[in-house]
Amino acid sequence: MSGKIVVTGLGATTPLGGDVESTWKALLAGESGISTLDYEWIERYEIPVTFAGQAKVKASEVLTIQECKRLDPSSQFALIAAREAWADAGAPEVIPERMSVEYATGIGGVWTLLDAYDTLKEKGPRRVLPMTVPMLMPNGPAAAIGMDLAARGGVRTSVSACASGTEAIANAIDRLRSGEIDIVLAGGCEAAIHPMPIAAFAAMHATSRKNDSPTTASRPYDVNRDGFVMGEGAGALVLETEEHALARGAKIYAELAGGAVTSDAYHITAPDPEGSAAARAVLKALSVAGAKPEDVVHINAHATSTPVGDIAEYNALKRVFGDHLGKIAISATKSSTGHLLGGAGAIEAIFTVLALHTKTAPPTINLDDQDPAIPLDVVTTPRDLGDANILAISNSFGFGGHNAVIAFRSYQG
Amino acid sequence: MAFSQDEVLAGLAEIVNDETGIATASVQLDKSFTDDLDIDSISMMTIVVNAEDKFGVKIPDEEVKNLITVGDAVSFIVSAQG
Repeated sequence: MSGKIVVTGLGATTPLGGDVESTWKALLAGESGISTLDYEWIERYEIPVTFAGQAKVKASEVLTIQECKRLDPSSQFALIAAREAWADAGAPEVIPERMSVEYATGIGGVWTLLDAYDTLKEKGPRRVLPMTVPMLMPNGPAAAIGMDLAARGGVRTSVSACASGTEAIANAIDRLRSGEIDIVLAGGCEAAIHPMPIAAFAAMHATSRKNDSPTTASRPYDVNRDGFVMGEGAGALVLETEEHALARGAKIYAELAGGAVTSDAYHITAPDPEGSAAARAVLKALSVAGAKPEDVVHINAHATSTPVGDIAEYNALKRVFGDHLGKIAISATKSSTGHLLGGAGAIEAIFTVLALHTKTAPPTINLDDQDPAIPLDVVTTPRDLGDANILAISNSFGFGGHNAVIAFRSYQG
Repeated sequence: MAFSQDEVLAGLAEIVNDETGIATASVQLDKSFTDDLDIDSISMMTIVVNAEDKFGVKIPDEEVKNLITVGDAVSFIVSAQG
């Protein structure tokens, strides 16, 4: 066994597009997926944040009525992304007992939960839908994918706020290296553009208030950044052992070389300003990949556009990379997509894989006046990453002090 | 105002369509919910409570198992309107 894990399928539905191809194209074109929310509840509740990154293609345009009725919106996005990834991988014949799902959500079925509570209050218990519990449970997305693709080797859910999607992919490495599993569908999703989470994030001043200019509100590293912009959607990756992929003649995008998870134990929401645990996650992921910090040429940063978070991540990166940091092409793709919370790590993993596969780092938009406290080499127009055997990482950090990092290497065969 | 049998059938067909996507034209009096329309118990419960709302009737849980066909449900609702 080589021990290598490879990426053989990609799927996504995001504020930039209903699939991977349209999302990647819009990302490279420097588009924003953020727009004003056109819902009566914005005015009814006087919601202080009136914009978000809504999925470009509604799930109801893709799924059947029955699927939409029985799945929370988060699971709907998850299923769409998973089916695309599976088809992209060639819909392989697999041994169901040797296939697993590692999927993530940050919040879970928040629409279902709150709709059901509204129904209970307004109409009584008999009107609460019988599918409410399986729809709202956080393992709903993973379970929906597992049923759809007939995965019988275990269906697990990672829940670590905004680190969830990356953590799920990191967990897939352990499963594949255990020898028990050949192939994993991994990723993450979120569908929380609902008045309550929007109000709650606004209450803690985590989100941008730039209601007058939605498309420029998500501006990582810019001096005028004022918080993240919530997005929705999902990403999914088919990961398999190199042996399994080669045996079936699969197309290989990149190698999933390493992953690691650490925790701050510092503050429930604020990142450790020293970034020591975040730095340790990067170093561990590189260690698993058998790589050195100097091998990294590209980072898809967590970079949510919050004043504190962007600096904390910079401090962590500076610890790990020192002077080499200036040679790394940094992309902050949340500038275009917004922050998909539990789905963020998944779509950013896809962007990192495609950056290696196409040798092109995607741009960061809205960087008009770079914060002098964050002197990174930020990619603002698509940048050629060269032809060498290259390594890239994707970072995700979450409320609770979660740090998750995954490393991908261009595939040499 | 009481609903006629035709009105109840049409209204029930809309509820079934909304819940399952089954064409309203397929929802006919002689059709079995489970055998012909492939409606499972979870969808059936949702259809029942939506029918209660729409027609202003009460369909007790113990009665639901007797509603084998669409015609059974229509008859029950028509008579339950009192």
